[in-house]
Amino acid sequence: MGVGIEVTNLNAWYGTNHTLQDIDLNIPANHATALIGPSGCGKSTFVRCLNRMHETNPIARVTGTVLIGGLDIYADAKPVEIRRRVGMVFQRPNPFPTMSIYDNVAAGLKLNGYSNHHVLDEIVEKSLKNSALWEEVKDDLKKKSGASLSGGQQQRLCIARALAVDPEVLLMDEPASALDPVSTSKIEDLIFQLKSQYTIVIVTHNMQQAARVAEKTGFFLNGRMVEFDSTHKIFTNPSDKRTEDYITGRFG
Amino acid sequence: MRTLTDGAATGLAVLATLLVVAPLVAIFVYLVYKGAVSLNWAFFTHNPVPVGETGGGMANAIVGSAILLGVGSLIGIPIGIAGGIFLAEFGRGTRLANAIRFTADVLNGVPSIVMGIAVYSLVVVPQGHFSAFSGGVALGIMMIPTVCRTTEEMLLMVPHAVREAALALGVPNWRSVLSITVRTASAGIITGCMLAFARVAGETAPLIFTAFGNVGWSEKLSEPIAALPLQIYVYALSPYDEWHRLAWAGALVLIVLIVLAVSLVRYVTSRGVLKGAS
Repeated sequence: MGVGIEVTNLNAWYGTNHTLQDIDLNIPANHATALIGPSGCGKSTFVRCLNRMHETNPIARVTGTVLIGGLDIYADAKPVEIRRRVGMVFQRPNPFPTMSIYDNVAAGLKLNGYSNHHVLDEIVEKSLKNSALWEEVKDDLKKKSGASLSGGQQQRLCIARALAVDPEVLLMDEPASALDPVSTSKIEDLIFQLKSQYTIVIVTHNMQQAARVAEKTGFFLNGRMVEFDSTHKIFTNPSDKRTEDYITGRFG
Repeated sequence: MRTLTDGAATGLAVLATLLVVAPLVAIFVYLVYKGAVSLNWAFFTHNPVPVGETGGGMANAIVGSAILLGVGSLIGIPIGIAGGIFLAEFGRGTRLANAIRFTADVLNGVPSIVMGIAVYSLVVVPQGHFSAFSGGVALGIMMIPTVCRTTEEMLLMVPHAVREAALALGVPNWRSVLSITVRTASAGIITGCMLAFARVAGETAPLIFTAFGNVGWSEKLSEPIAALPLQIYVYALSPYDEWHRLAWAGALVLIVLIVLAVSLVRYVTSRGVLKGAS
C-alpha cells in the first residue's frame, strides 16, 4: 500500500545553484500527483530528493525534512533503505543492457541477496503483469535482453523492475517524454491502475497528461512551488496568475 | 559530385583497412611458407634433440608457455581488473587514483628486458634459482597496465543512466559497481585481458632472466622452464639450418595457439550473451 509524503521547508543545491527553495508539500497516499513547470524549474530535483538520489551527485546538497509514511528519510534512514521503499522510473528507459528481461525485473531483489527461485518467478510474473508487459514478453523472459525491447516496452520493463521490490511510492520523472503516443497512452493507463496500490508522483511536461492521470497537481517555477491543488482547480481556475499564464501557454 | 566524394571516402576507408590487414596476412603467409614444412606430430610430442640429430620438437616449450601464461594471467588479470575498477569507480578524481594511473602508464612503457631484470632481482635472487614462477610473475606484471587501463575505460563507457537505475533500486554502491557496471562492461574488459594475454604470449626478453628456458621437460613452478618465444630466440640465433626450420615452425605454432586461445575465450564468454544485448 502507498503512504503519504510530507515535505517541509525543503531546499536543494547543485554547487552554488539554489535549485529548490523552501518547498512545503503534502502528497496524498494512493493517488497520482503531477508536478508541472518549465524546464529547469526544479521539479526533477524535487522528486530526486524524495528517494535521496539527489545526493548521488557529489556537488549536491539538501536541507529540510521529508517524511514518507511518517519516516524522516534524511534523519532516520539510510539512502539504500529509502530507495527500496521509493521506486523510481527515469525519463529515458534504462534497462540493464546485458541482463535478460527476467533478470532486469529480478535485479533489485537478487542484488539485495534474495535467491528463492519460486518466489522470484512469482514476483517477476506479477510485476510484469502489473506493468502490462507480461503478454508481450512471457515467451522470451530469459532469452532476450532488456535492451532488445522497443522503447515503450523498455519503459514498462523499468516500471516492472521498480515494482518488483514492492515500493510504497513510485516516482516517475517524465516517464513518457521519450516515447511515441501509443506507448505514452499505455504508460498513462498503467499509472491509472497502479495508483490504487502505490503513491505516484509524476513529473511531466505534458499538461494533458497531468490532467489525465493525476488528482493533484503542483506547479513549479524557478525553484519554488507556486501552487498546489486539485488537478481540476489548477487547470480550470488557478489562484496564481503565473500558473494561469503557464497553463494557457503564455510562457514555458 | 556527392556520389564521387562518397565513393572516394569509401575507397580510402577500404584502402586503409587493407593497409592494416596486409602486414598481418603477410606475416602469417610467410610463417606458413617457412614453418609448415617442419611441422609434424613429433613437433608437438617430442622435446628438443641435440644438434646433429634430426627430428625432435617443442613439446616442452608449448607446455612451458601455457604454464607461464597461466601464472601470468592469474597474477595480471585480477590485479589489473581490480585496479581498473578502483580507478573508474571508487577513486575517481583522487590523488591516489591519478598516481596509480600514471604508474600504470609508465609501467606500460618499461622495456620488457628491464621487467625481466627487475623480477630477477625481486624473485630469482631471493629464491636462488631460475623458475617458471618468476617467469609468470614477469609476464603477469607486464599484463597489469593493459588490463587496468582497458578495464577503466570500459567502465567509464557504461552510461550514467545504468548506474542510476541500480542505485534507485536500493542497491548499495559497491554491489551496483560489481554486479551491474562491471557486468555491463564485461565484453570490453575481456577484450582487454585477451589483448594483454596475446601481447605477453610472444615476449622473450622478460623470460631470459626468469624462466630461463629448459631443454628438457619440466612442469614444476620452481624449476627453469622452456617457453616458445625463448626456444624460437635460441634456435633462430643458432648456426644450424635444422634449428632455423624449427624456429619458423615454433613461430607459426605460437601465433596459431594465441589465436586459438583468444578465440576460445571469445566463444566461451559469448555463449551467455542474450539476443539484442549490446
